[in-house]
Amino acid sequence: MNKEEIIEALKIIVEPYSEEASALVHINENTDFITDLKINSANLVDIVLDIEEKFNIEIDNDSMAKMLTVKATTEIIAQKLEAHAG
Amino acid sequence: MTTQEILDKLPYGKSFLFVDELLHVDENGAKGTYTYVKDLPFYEGHFKNHPVTPAVILTETMAQIGLVCLGIYLLKNETSQNVSMAMTSNAIDFLKPVAPGEQVTITSEKVYFRFNKLSCKVKMENAAGETVCKGNISGMLISKENG
Repeated sequence: MNKEEIIEALKIIVEPYSEEASALVHINENTDFITDLKINSANLVDIVLDIEEKFNIEIDNDSMAKMLTVKATTEIIAQKLEAHAG
Repeated sequence: MTTQEILDKLPYGKSFLFVDELLHVDENGAKGTYTYVKDLPFYEGHFKNHPVTPAVILTETMAQIGLVCLGIYLLKNETSQNVSMAMTSNAIDFLKPVAPGEQVTITSEKVYFRFNKLSCKVKMENAAGETVCKGNISGMLISKENG
């Protein structure tokens, strides 16, 4: 799964948790979950749980703490997928 | 951790404490009771000449017993810290009214506890064993040093 595919999947996961329609349409690597999409910390937990389910990976506390932007989240997902495949 | 130790750690003052007894708590859930005594102040206004326990108070009672008591237990290894909890979402169905003087029993079942977010299925029953309300409540646990 390449970066664009991960971002596309992420967009579908994040959508129900944000009311920021225009930020959702223009979602990109620089999108910040809290400042751009106005997602609170409780919903961020749900997004991480949805990511675990969708990609069949496990997110630890340290990774979770970094997952504040699309870029960081995509990198963590890619790393976990790679570790999984290897 | 004993149930009394959990009760002692609850952050509520007398006017907003809705836990009398904590009957049981383990990794997966909690069970406790509360009696809405007849002279609770909100009965005077909810409603005029027709006191009924407000749904928001039923929700708070379910959260204090079902979520906060369980959360304190789940964080028991961090005993030096005080725990508080912010309710972040709930979806509750209210099936029956609760009159002044009624005792209710709350049972919670943990759905998940990840990254300090606790989500539970919670049910409240009256003395006759009828379900008065049920649903899902989630909150974020915040542990505070010396707090």
